Amino acid sequence: MRAGTKILTPAEILGFVVLALLIFAVFPIALDIFRLNLVGKYLTYAFVAIGLVLCWGAGGILSLGQGVFFGLGGYCMAMFLKLEASTPEATAIQSTPGIPDFMDWNQLTALPIWWEPFNSFAFTLFAVVAVPTAFAFLIGLAMFKRRVGGVYFAIITQAFAAILTILIIGRQGYTGGVNGITDLRTLLGWDIRTDDAKYVLYFVNGVLLFVCLFAAMAIKKSKLGRLLIALRDQEDRVRFSGYDVANFKIFVFCVGAAMAAVGGAMFTLQVGFMSPSFVGIVPSIEMVIFCAVGGRHSILGAVYGALLVNWAKTTFSEAFPELWLFAMGALFISVVLLFPNGLAGLYATYVAPNVDTLINRLRPNSRAGTPKDIVAQGSPAE
Amino acid sequence: MTKNTRNGPSGLNASRRQVLLGGAALTASLFAPNGLLAADYPTDQVNTTGLAVTDDTVTIGILHSVTGTMAISETGSVQAEKLAISQINDMGGVLGRKIDFIQEDGASDWPTFAEKAKKLLVNDKVASVMGCWTSASRKAVLPVFEQYNGFLYYPTFYEGLEQSPNVIYTGQEATQQIIAGIDWVVQNHGAEKFYLLGSDYIWPRTSNKIARKHIDKLGLKVVGEEYYPLGHTQFNSVINKIKLRKPDVIYAIVVGGSNVAFYKQLKAAGIDMTAEDPMLLTISVTEDEIRGIGGENIVGAYAAMKYFQSLDNKNNVEFVAAFKEMWGEDMVIGDVTQAAYLGPWLWKAACEKAGSFDVDKIREASPGIELHTAPEGYVRIHENHHLWSKTRIGRARLDGQYDVVYETAELMEPDPFPEGYQ
Repeated sequence: MRAGTKILTPAEILGFVVLALLIFAVFPIALDIFRLNLVGKYLTYAFVAIGLVLCWGAGGILSLGQGVFFGLGGYCMAMFLKLEASTPEATAIQSTPGIPDFMDWNQLTALPIWWEPFNSFAFTLFAVVAVPTAFAFLIGLAMFKRRVGGVYFAIITQAFAAILTILIIGRQGYTGGVNGITDLRTLLGWDIRTDDAKYVLYFVNGVLLFVCLFAAMAIKKSKLGRLLIALRDQEDRVRFSGYDVANFKIFVFCVGAAMAAVGGAMFTLQVGFMSPSFVGIVPSIEMVIFCAVGGRHSILGAVYGALLVNWAKTTFSEAFPELWLFAMGALFISVVLLFPNGLAGLYATYVAPNVDTLINRLRPNSRAGTPKDIVAQGSPAE
Repeated sequence: MTKNTRNGPSGLNASRRQVLLGGAALTASLFAPNGLLAADYPTDQVNTTGLAVTDDTVTIGILHSVTGTMAISETGSVQAEKLAISQINDMGGVLGRKIDFIQEDGASDWPTFAEKAKKLLVNDKVASVMGCWTSASRKAVLPVFEQYNGFLYYPTFYEGLEQSPNVIYTGQEATQQIIAGIDWVVQNHGAEKFYLLGSDYIWPRTSNKIARKHIDKLGLKVVGEEYYPLGHTQFNSVINKIKLRKPDVIYAIVVGGSNVAFYKQLKAAGIDMTAEDPMLLTISVTEDEIRGIGGENIVGAYAAMKYFQSLDNKNNVEFVAAFKEMWGEDMVIGDVTQAAYLGPWLWKAACEKAGSFDVDKIREASPGIELHTAPEGYVRIHENHHLWSKTRIGRARLDGQYDVVYETAELMEPDPFPEGYQ
């Protein structure tokens, strides 16, 4: 049985293939570059949602502060790009040429020392993942070692989101304040604003997303994944069995943070700026909604959730600029009322049995991936 | 119809029904002096860059927040822009073409602004965009406008330090609002001590920086300077400090919902602005904000703006009447709403001067464009893409309007990069 769970079932393989086809073939062919760039943006939220599936769906750790990690990753990337855009020639109009424009507006006359390392692209790539992960590690260490969990943990993560937003807005000379870090142009001399660059970034984003998807799948399928579900459902029993529960929680929380950070960095590259409006409480809760709509127990569902919610947001707001929020509200309410397990629940109930029948018909010997398995994995326990 | 032609040049009394009937456009194009015929401006000549221009329409974008926290401020701008568009259409449109508009919602969210700006420029190919309100939203869309060579009319008074070839700033930059205001309180009220406070972002900070430099230059004193996060509602501590340090002037640049708390708490703490002890001068409270604050909480405060709804001139009387006719009797019009109203008119004038909708030609034509029909009075576009405009001081009344107590004799020159104030 244990060996069986480590290998992807045919239904899961099919799920990955369909998603890969969608992201790498259907969208690029069917959509113009403007829409494709938007899809790329939506997919950066999918990174966060996948992380949340691990933390919340599997581990039962509801974080309402994922925006913090998304934002930190995005800010690290934005700092590098901003420094590259702030050449002395491009900023000749400033009192102090050569520093980012917002620093000049705030009477800074020299680059703050902690900005210096972001001149290096290698350091930036490292920092994009390391800074948010280290931060998550510290939060996790402080919380989980003290056995803070459940609602209290959610509230504390929310507080972190609020604190970081206030910090960024308050220290605007160093961070760009409420405006964020804007007007990013090139990456190592390569103009990221052209259509060609947008295509390249979209595919890079897609590949990274699949790396995260496979990593998440590997964690879920491993013994660690089993332990996460166990401690979600009966934390004390896992502890009495001799496991140090906190370490597992810290680990999965850090993984979620790292994934969110990669999403944030890709967001900055594709959208061209970063602002505190991705860090605060509201975006963090929105990210949980992506995960909930997709189905918090399903890794692939998270991607579809992020796509669906953001696509709906764009479409509704273009069609009804003054009423679209009501449509979004209706979407969330109906998802929660009608499909409490999100899109993935819908899939498991209505589509998966047919898919399995089909697969079983094609491969009469295979018994894997029956609906019973999915239900067993997905039972919530709050 | 008669009514429409009589008011042709300004078109300010055109009723909404006439706009809807559509026939008005034809009549106006025959009688109104500005009515140009599309036939004289073949589409392939006035539009060489593939904008959304047909033989009888031209499409522009409106990009403001109509949802979220900024909706309360930006709705007025949307209404003013729609009014201007319908009036222009009544007069025969621009280069003989009726203006269509596509409205997008920025949702008080800067990235959404960037997304929608790109949609308007790339997908819809709009000829120009009326939009944005906060500096943050403008900063977010600026790279988009510069990359795709769009043209934005930005209505809000703001901090300056910017001059984009792709933006016309129809509001005041900071020096136009601040310097004349401070000079006035010094000369007329003998103010010597100032307490500066504001919401914590770039506009209040830059404005207060200019205010502080100017106060220093006059040899006067700043006794306190403080900032509070957007949405802050506890001003008791600063009010206590104000009472302690006894400034002559509270110079307040609080924005958004915080205003309600700030003025209510000032009043509750016994600071009587009608008695001018201390007096309060703000550059962030227009008639729109007073609706939220409540006239009784702010009566007696002074505001330095370029426009007040109560301004007594023919243009403004007609503008206010047309605005109320279109959007309802209980509407109020603040400084930014009026500046937003100028956008479509300035764009129309630029198109006609250039004889083209091409953005490059409009940019070239824009400096020097004059508008004699502006509700605030005469305005002119400066080389630096900002407007020459007057600074006015108004005093808040109980009914939420301002009495204009002072206006500069001359137009103030816009100076987005003020020497000696940075």
